[in-house]
Amino acid sequence: MLTRLEDESEGAETGRQAPAQVIRFTFDGRPLTGRHGDSLAAALLASGVLRFRVSPVSGAPRGPFCLMGVCFECLVEIDGVGNLQACMVPLEEGMAVRTQGGGVRVVAGAAGTSEAS
Amino acid sequence: MRCDLAVIGAGPAGLAAATRAAEAGLAVELFDEQPAPGGQIYRAVESVPAARRALLGPDYAAGAELAAAFRASGAGYRPGALVWNVDSTLDIDFSQGGRSRQCRARALVVATGALERPTPLPGWTLPGVTTAGALQILLKAHGCVPSEGAILAGSGPLLLLLADQLTRAGAPPRAVVETVPRGRLLEAARHLPAALGAPGYLAKGLRMIRALRRAGVPLHRHATDLVIEGREQAEALSFTAGGRRHRIESGLVALHQGVVPNQQVTRLLRCAHRWSDSQRCFLPVLDPWFESSVEKVFVAGDGAGIGGAASAALRGRLAALGVLRRFGALDGAALEQEAGGLRRRLVRDGAVRPLLEALYAPSAQVLAPADETLVCRCEEVTAGQIRQAVRLGCPGPNQAKSFLRCGMGPCQGRMCGLAVTEIIAAERGEVPQTVDYYRIRPPLKPLPLIELASFEAAEDQPGDAPPDAPPDDRDAA
Amino acid sequence: MGPLARADVVVVGGGIHGCSAALHCALRGLSVAVVEKNTVARHASGVNAGGVRRLGRHPAEIPISDFSMKLWRRIEALVDDDCGFQSAAQVKVAESEAELETLAERAALVRGLGFGHEELLDRRQLRDLLPAVADHCVGGLASLDDGFAVPYRATFAFQRKAQTLGVRFFEETRVRSLARDGRTWRLETDRGTLEAEAVVNCAGAWGNLVAESLGEPAPVEAIAPMMLVTAPLPAFCKAVVGATGRPLSFKQMPNGTVVIGGGRRGVADPETDRSDLRFAELRLTARTAAEVFPIMAGASIVRGWAGIEGRMPDDIPVIGPSTRAERVFHAFGFSAHGFQLGPGVGSIMAELVATGVTQAPIAPFSIGRFKATE
Repeated sequence: MLTRLEDESEGAETGRQAPAQVIRFTFDGRPLTGRHGDSLAAALLASGVLRFRVSPVSGAPRGPFCLMGVCFECLVEIDGVGNLQACMVPLEEGMAVRTQGGGVRVVAGAAGTSEAS
Repeated sequence: MRCDLAVIGAGPAGLAAATRAAEAGLAVELFDEQPAPGGQIYRAVESVPAARRALLGPDYAAGAELAAAFRASGAGYRPGALVWNVDSTLDIDFSQGGRSRQCRARALVVATGALERPTPLPGWTLPGVTTAGALQILLKAHGCVPSEGAILAGSGPLLLLLADQLTRAGAPPRAVVETVPRGRLLEAARHLPAALGAPGYLAKGLRMIRALRRAGVPLHRHATDLVIEGREQAEALSFTAGGRRHRIESGLVALHQGVVPNQQVTRLLRCAHRWSDSQRCFLPVLDPWFESSVEKVFVAGDGAGIGGAASAALRGRLAALGVLRRFGALDGAALEQEAGGLRRRLVRDGAVRPLLEALYAPSAQVLAPADETLVCRCEEVTAGQIRQAVRLGCPGPNQAKSFLRCGMGPCQGRMCGLAVTEIIAAERGEVPQTVDYYRIRPPLKPLPLIELASFEAAEDQPGDAPPDAPPDDRDAA
Repeated sequence: MGPLARADVVVVGGGIHGCSAALHCALRGLSVAVVEKNTVARHASGVNAGGVRRLGRHPAEIPISDFSMKLWRRIEALVDDDCGFQSAAQVKVAESEAELETLAERAALVRGLGFGHEELLDRRQLRDLLPAVADHCVGGLASLDDGFAVPYRATFAFQRKAQTLGVRFFEETRVRSLARDGRTWRLETDRGTLEAEAVVNCAGAWGNLVAESLGEPAPVEAIAPMMLVTAPLPAFCKAVVGATGRPLSFKQMPNGTVVIGGGRRGVADPETDRSDLRFAELRLTARTAAEVFPIMAGASIVRGWAGIEGRMPDDIPVIGPSTRAERVFHAFGFSAHGFQLGPGVGSIMAELVATGVTQAPIAPFSIGRFKATE
């Protein structure tokens, strides 16, 4: 889906060949990598991930649209915290990212509550 | 926490305004969500590798000077700060590092720039569909390009620029599908004499089209009835052009129909807005110093009306002069001379605008989407549902919002607001000025509840001595 | 030039009370015009928490609340729209034994008045209803068969139904003055004159303007109760919840979003129709919500809002005939708890307009209780 430009590496300006720093993270348990300076959204897209969440209204698959923090389509769950805009979060080593859930899930132990879509 | 001038947005307008005000001795705080200065147009300008900077063109590189001048100016800089509320006394409520605090300001420059016009089309919510700006951000800030050729669809200078940049980066688009209707250039041509006075825009555009042709990028013109196809993600774009239906496959479709001012802050502050027929959007009502209808609230950059990066920097400086004039810190001949120079440059830079606005007016399809097309992406409300609500008696966007939930999602109408206004206006036979726009309420972006629970209001902050007041602290006439 | 309209009844104000009164008058065969200075449901009726609640009301309100509840249960038949009405328990949580004691006294009081809808809950019963409630909550008071609805949608439904019965709505039309000419009331507005045999004043936070022009003091205070709504959360609460000792109203909607209110006040300006939020106050609302429901610590607030409501000094509304002018009737000042009363009070107003009397026990709400002070 996306490739990184060939001549990219930190220090290209000074002529030093330093490899761009690789950052490891997971998405729904799958190990992925990105680069230092990536937003989480860029790292996911560069890894071929297009679907970041499902719509809470219909369950339709959604992915990033604007990449500038305006559309709120890139919402993901990072280290257990949901509703985060992946395009506004810098990628960090070890992040455990998950698809943002769909409809309203039932909380375990909430007896008597009904299943929602 | 206090300052004389708060600036929201670190694009060219915000940087220029903050720099000029700080150079004049005001205590300035610049708030921006991104981790580095530049806004969107100059995104990553401080860190971009040389090769990528060359690819992006000389206009982009100009942003580095603005950022450097800002860094040297002594203005306070709060990167990674989200301003989620500004109240009527210009207290700025912001979140930074997971904490929410308040900064008291005596004046405000809103430099939050523009966002892409909503482009409701069938299939536009599929993964793999982005704005043209999104592909440009991937290129600028991350050096990422489509690996198999994206389709660029829509109209506007950014579309061609992006196609050119991607081609030079070795990732030519699979196709450029332009929606400018046949005959539009002739209609727009009456603006040509004025436009030719502007620095080479047209020449640049022609060069880019020739380069695309040389690179073998198909350019389809006067396209209509665009449909993005796919089940779980984008698979193809089909459209009508040259008298027949086309279908081009790609997993990446980038849409663009121009950019429009980001109204969230000015609407929050209840600034007066007027509908601009030529730009086909709402603009804040501003005086010659870019002061809005709300005292001491100035708007600079594309938020004041789409004018591009060079104009944004000029407006930013003028707005700073307006603030200084308001504080009585600068007046008379020195002020008029500096402002006069800036205004003349603004006129020259803006000369091409009427042509661009006429040529690249948004396509009929996005202004009047088919009934089944989703308009509010967050709450999945279709154009047809909005029209039906109007027929039932909803007189405007706020009632449609209460009735249908359009505009109630996390994007707070950024993606659907203008489209909803257009649809309601057409259905009611009214002009957009009458229909108006969503009422915008805080927080401007979602705020964690626990962060609100520990919000530090200004009155809680100890030892908050005000900075020395500028020499003559009276409102200028 | 002729009048803008002539009708049997002019209703001033297009909120839930005005629209309900208009509909019920029309159902009795009267011709009705509604005059509204902004748009229908622009103010309190469009922005409140939507609670359809009998629980916890002032004793004087209980009978009419009970009557109104019966209409809510048939709301679709009344206005051809379900108004988003959902039957749900309304629960007041006790956060201490002392609070539980006050709730017990309340339960006894209500039973003593002959109403059985409020039941005391112990720790276990509270958790049966609210499994996600915080540990420190010791019990509560519940009205199991209350509910909630969608305020704008409900008010709009009353308007549309009224229109199908011939009620005319004059929005963006402001009443400037009213005067009696023989048996006709003339209301001068900025778009012309309305003439009617009877006037119903449902002008909410602006109800005092009509009343005072008749020489009837009505000290309405314009307040701006504030609300917050969150992004969707997993389903954890089916009841509408209030606290006992501090302001809280808390409800999880079917789509998972949580609406938090309770009455903390922003700044209201009835002259400009502006209502501003005060986040220094809202942080207390946020704290209360997280303390009563720990799961809220993971919530994010998507929007806050406020609106302009009219509050009377004794926190109960003005309902009933004018004490100074013939054929004028008041229903305003519902003090942040008028939404549920809308259907029922509208019916009572129509009865008053049509027959001159009502059996409903509205004496405690008479405008006469505010004597002019010299």
